[in-house]
Order: sequence, then C-alpha cells, then structure tokens
Amino acid sequence: MADNIIEFSHFGFQYNAQKLPTLYDINLTIRKGERVLIVGPSGCGKSTLINCINGLIPFTYKGEITGSLKIDGVETRQQSIAGLSHVIGSVLQDSDAQFIGMTVLEDIAFALENECVAKPEMLQRVRQVADIVGVGSHMSYAPTELSGGQKQRVAIAGVLVDNVKAMLFDEPLANLDPATGKTAMELIKDVQDRTGIAAVIVEHRLEDVLHIDVDRIVLMSDGRIVFDGSPDVLLSASLLTDHGIREPLYITALKYAGVAISPQMAPHSIRSIKLSPADVAKVCAWHGRNAKPRPHPDREPFLTIKDLTFAYGSRPLTLRGVDLTIDRGELLALVGRNGAGKSTLSKVICGFEKPNGGTMALADGDLAALSIKQRADHIGYVMQNPNQMISKIMIYDEIALGLRTRGLPEPAIKEKVERVMKVCGLYEFRNWPISALSYGQRKRVTIASILVLDPSMLILDEPTAGQDFRHYTDIMEFLRGLKGMGITVLMITHDMHLMLEYADRSVVFCDGRVIDDETSAGVLTNPAVIAQASLKETSLYDLALMCRIADTAGFVQGFIDYDRQVRR
Amino acid sequence: MVNIFNYIERRSAIHSMTGAAKLACLLLWTFAAMVTFNTPFLIVLSLLALLLFPLSKIHLSDVKVMLVLLLSFMVINGILIYLFDPEHGVTLYGTRHLLFSFGGRFTVTLEQLLYQANVALKYTATIPLIMVFVASTNPSEMAASLNRIGISYGPAYSVALAMRYIPDIINEYQDVAHCQQARGIEMSRRETVFKRMKAAAMIVMPLILSSVDRIDVITNAMELRKFGINKTRTWVMGRRFGAMDIAALLLGAGLVAYALIFIFVNHGRYWNPFI
Repeated sequence: MADNIIEFSHFGFQYNAQKLPTLYDINLTIRKGERVLIVGPSGCGKSTLINCINGLIPFTYKGEITGSLKIDGVETRQQSIAGLSHVIGSVLQDSDAQFIGMTVLEDIAFALENECVAKPEMLQRVRQVADIVGVGSHMSYAPTELSGGQKQRVAIAGVLVDNVKAMLFDEPLANLDPATGKTAMELIKDVQDRTGIAAVIVEHRLEDVLHIDVDRIVLMSDGRIVFDGSPDVLLSASLLTDHGIREPLYITALKYAGVAISPQMAPHSIRSIKLSPADVAKVCAWHGRNAKPRPHPDREPFLTIKDLTFAYGSRPLTLRGVDLTIDRGELLALVGRNGAGKSTLSKVICGFEKPNGGTMALADGDLAALSIKQRADHIGYVMQNPNQMISKIMIYDEIALGLRTRGLPEPAIKEKVERVMKVCGLYEFRNWPISALSYGQRKRVTIASILVLDPSMLILDEPTAGQDFRHYTDIMEFLRGLKGMGITVLMITHDMHLMLEYADRSVVFCDGRVIDDETSAGVLTNPAVIAQASLKETSLYDLALMCRIADTAGFVQGFIDYDRQVRR
Repeated sequence: MVNIFNYIERRSAIHSMTGAAKLACLLLWTFAAMVTFNTPFLIVLSLLALLLFPLSKIHLSDVKVMLVLLLSFMVINGILIYLFDPEHGVTLYGTRHLLFSFGGRFTVTLEQLLYQANVALKYTATIPLIMVFVASTNPSEMAASLNRIGISYGPAYSVALAMRYIPDIINEYQDVAHCQQARGIEMSRRETVFKRMKAAAMIVMPLILSSVDRIDVITNAMELRKFGINKTRTWVMGRRFGAMDIAALLLGAGLVAYALIFIFVNHGRYWNPFI
C-alpha cells in the first residue's frame, strides 16, 4: 500500500531510563493527504508517539522498540533522523525556540543548505514555499520582528521546503492568541489542500482544532490508543470526558440540556451540527431554567490606574492612557492579542518599567512612590515559565528566599513557608529538590514563593499554558481558593475557556488601551470587541443564536454557573 | 535593547564584502599595527581606520556603548603605562628631552610622550576596524565565508547561532533580574561586592536552566532539519569573492609588508626623530 505514509503495527516503546513501557500495542495508519488529530491527557504518550514518527526515537532518545513502525514503507529503525526528515516534517511546540536562522529566508532555507542545494535553486524553492504560507514579504525579518503566528508560518515553510509527505504538529496552538490560532488551523488546511500532504496534529485544545474538519481523531490514554475514528462518533460518546479531555463547550451545553448527540447530527463543528426543533426547544427550556439575575457584589477598589502611558525608550507608546480599577478579592482576566500591552501593564504595575504619565494608587497610598521590592509586599508577579524564577535547589529554600532577603528570623520563616506549602499542596514535598518536580508542580512552587510574602494581589502571566485539562483545573481551582482568602488575582491569558470559567471580569486590551471591561460572558458574545482584540467567540454564542436565544450573554453565563455546579 | 555587539543592516561597500576577506584584512592590519612603532605609518593607519566609519555607513552613535568602553580602557591603560615606568620612552629611544616633572620619578619627557602616542595610535588604528567589522558583518554570511575558506561549518555555525540568541538572552536576563529584585535580591551599588556577586548568581542560575531547555529544543530542531548530514553545506547567505575582497586582502598584505620592510631598513621597530 503505497498510500500508507505512517504505519504502526503492534508497536511498543520503552525508554531506557523507565521501568514500564510508554507505548503499548499501537496500531495506527496515516494515509496520504489525511488530517488526523491526536488527543489525550498529559503523560498519555502523545509526544512519545510523535517522536517515534520523526525519528528522535530511537536515534536521540534511546529505548526499546517492539513491533513495527514503517514510514513510507521502511522500518524507522533502519533509517536515520535525516532520512526520515525527507518524508516527515516536524513543527515543534515552541515556534520561537525552533527558529534557527537569523532571518526568515535563512530559517526556511536551513534544510536545503544542509543538503548542499545550490544557491539559485535554494532561493527559488524558498520563495515558492514562503508564498504558500504567506511570509514572502518578510524574508529579511529577524525572529524578534515576527509575531507568534508569523513564526509558526516560517516553521511550517521550513519543513515544506523539503517536499515532505506528512507534517507533524506538536501543540501548534500553545502560544497563539485565539484569533491567530484559528488562522493557524486554516493555514494547515490550506497547505494540505495545495500540496496533498498528510498532517498529524497533537493538541489538547480540541475545540480550536475542530475549527477545520479533521478526518479522524485518535484518543490516547496510558500509552494506548482507546479510540481511532471520526470526530462525529467520538463526540457522540462519553469517551472524551472519561479520559479527562474537555469536550467542545456546545456539546457539553447540549448534553446538559438533555439533547442526545448522535453521529448523524454531524456534531464535529458548531457550523455543521444539525439540531431538530425538539432539540432547540430543549436548549431553550434549559436556558429558561438557568436564567437568573446575578448578584452585584460590593466593590472595594484595591488598585486604581488612571490615564497610564508608557513607551519603551523612544518607540511609540505601548500603553496609551489606561484607566482601570481592580477590586479587592476579584479574579480578573487581562486579554487581547500579543503586543496589545498586557504584559507591559503588569511590568509597569510591578515597577519593572517606569510609566511616562498617569497615576497608580493603592487603597492606602501611591504605588508609584514605592520601589520594586516594596511593591512586591503588595503585589506579587509570577512569570509564565517557572524555570525562569527558580534559583535554589531545594523547594524549601526557594520558597523561603524572599523572606530571608527581608531579614526575618528563621523560626518565623519556617512557620510561614510551611503554611504556604500546605496551601499550595506542596507540604508533602517539603524536603524534595525542585528537579524532582513536574512543570505544573514547579509552577506551584513559584506561586508559593510569591505568596509567602503575603501580597494582597497576584499577577500571573498565562497561569495554565501547556497544561492539560486536569492540571488546568487544579491550578485554577487553587487560584479561586486564594480569592476566597481575599487575595486579588490578575491573570494575563489567551485561554478563552479560562476567562469564561474563572474570571469575574475581563478587561480587553487593544493597541495599548482598554476597549472593554465587563463579564467574560459579555465580552465573548460581543462580535465587535472579539474582532478588534483578536479573540474568538465562544461556540456557546453560536449555539444561542442557533436556538434564537436573544440574551446570548445570559445564556453563556447560565452555562458557566450550571457547569460549575455539575463539576463540583 | 542594549546594543553592544550587533550586526547593523545597511547598504555599503563594506557590508557587501565577504566576512572572510574582512576578517583576514582585519588580522593582517592589526598585525601590521602591532609590530610597528613607525609613528607616521601609524598616523596613516589611524586615519584610514577612521575613514571606515563613513565608508561603512556605521555612525558613532550605533557603537556608542562599545566606544565608551574601549576609550575608557585606553585611558586607564595609558595612565598605568605611565605610572609603571614614566621613563620607558627614554630607555627605548636612547635620548632624554625633559619637559617638566611632577616630582620624584614622575617626569615628563618627549620620548615618553612619543612612546605613549604610539600606543594610543595603535589602538586608534585597530579599534575602529573591529567595530566596523562586527557592525557590518552578517554572522550567517561570516559563517558561510569561513566555511568557504575551509573552516568546518560546525564551529562556524555555532557562532552565527550565538548571535541569533543574544537579543533573546538579554531580554530574558532583564525579566529574570526584575523578578528576583521583587523578591528582594538587590543588585544596586549600595550592596557589597560579595552580595552583588551572590545576587548575580541567583539571576544567572534560572537563566542557565532555561537556556539548557532551549538548547535541547534547538538541537532537536536542527537535527530534524538535517544539520550535519553532509561534510559540507551550502549557504543561502553565501557570497562570491569580489574585487573589493581581493583589494582588501592586498591592502592587508601590503600593510604587513611595509611594516616589516620598515623594520629591516630602519634596523629596528622604532621611528626615532631624536637622533
């Protein structure tokens, strides 16, 4: 069968350092031109599967292979990474870190250079693929001058230049804002339509991938394939939730409303799904039961920002007059496209950058008068990547660091550190080195190392990036718990689910200004704001429209409240 | 962004030369300037070197930071040479024309002034060259031309890759430093040197950890795109040797030849106006 590009047959793999295999009895075939999505919780073996296909296993990561894996008809064991790369093009998770060249041109040409292709032919082929992915006018740009979406385009071009037969995407949406993620999926489809190559996509943002049609979804759990078939069949069953994967929200809403999902309804997309009049009536009735007036909580301002402006050096203003009031004890989401000024605002609040104009006032004094260290007593900042914050070997020392620099006596430090460890679920690890922790646990260490200073407010940059649904829920429920302790939490995020489910309020940034400030349900049902700020409307909004429900924001809010009760 | 050591994209005659020719010319030129104490020759070299700034369209403001660093180094060096031996010039030139004295051994002689002027001229003749070289040479093109003259491409490429990551690492350093400062790690001048070194270590540590992650990713990315499968590789940024490159090599060779011939004809490295 010449059409089978990737063919696993009773395949298994065990890393040399591990006691048990990571993959068991994998049977999976990917044919020419197919588009296949692989989903599964963290640690289910998705990444290992991808590395088996591109040859990093067994050539870089050693281990024992059982069964057979043929790429383009040849066993991978008999090939090499370079040989496999003629057939398989890999786009890694972090499109910034895999950018090798100094410019777009050099990065796309990289594989050709290594193959000793002559310069004139190289330039011609690079131009060809650059036009396919739409970066033809950015050939001399450096990586720092490109947006996340553009970097991804370059990464795709870099493997297309090789005339591969299949592309692998490892979490292609991880660092993209919602609108860019949508475009990225359309690009994958477009490239496939033009070139006829296959695409294998590993991603846990299922609903975002299903923005384009996929031929099959493969569900993995504990190193095995538990489902391999059409999206319509999978979404009609309960397998996804059983294995800790989040279903598309409109599916969940329909199930809550008592609608039975069947493959015949074409449920794979909100645009394709067919609802009978009876189904619509069920949704409307459910909405009627959910709709209730929301209480308006008392607001007590914690931080008041007025007309704040800021520019990096002599460059144009990044913040152009920000007005924002953050209330005590609220969970606030800061959203908007990359470069809109969200991270800059948090740096100015923490004192890392000095504003050009405007005021920032705490309830009990002027914030601008305080030094970085003094501000940290009120407002703690947690970076996206925990590895960038950790400077000690032992967990205890890392959390105690801020207290030690503040000169507290050791018994007081011990008491505070242990209390914070208990809050963060780290107490059982108190004598462990940090190197033994997972990424999510390290994240909690960094949050703990800030919490120990007793700040009234936490700022977190993408608190759940790269976490699967279970870890996402763990982290977010933890942050909600902090809110219960009266701590204000400000999150910078691209995750529309997070914003809907957890934020009391969303502040939308666009070109250095606040363009909207209301409930998340209100923001994500407002097409004008969504378009301006590169957000993505929630499928619940489309479902409400489909069922002719006028109060779309009320419908979405009703869903969130209902969902929270059910999941608890 | 701190601009200490960076390629600056411009269109100029110097930019259009190959990196290898520029490097060769730089080495020859520097050698000539280092061996000779022929003052008129050093003056000519210095003027030529300064001429490179307009020729390469690199403005002094582009290299401000580096310029200030090097000028302060030159001044300190000059003072130290004088303090170490105020009459070194007298020993070298064999005569003694005393101008005045600060008292004790700290005399000022014409010979010492000429000697120190020579040292300063040597710097003036070479430093602009290095700055123009760094600012006008695309690291990838440099790697390409080094590979062309026979240096294996692995090391050549790692230099280019390092240049690619310098801006990223500087940005990351600033982010990490701010965060650690918020936790109370002071880097300000109020702290003792020992404390500041300890603080720097706490910032560098997370930086190293995240760089190790980054190296892992980049190594895989390079391997997946066939880096290292052949003994040679081609370069999309590669250039052929042009007339300017040959001219630069000839110039470099000429300067070295003149510097050496002068030593023979003059029976010594020193141009001596005192005898």
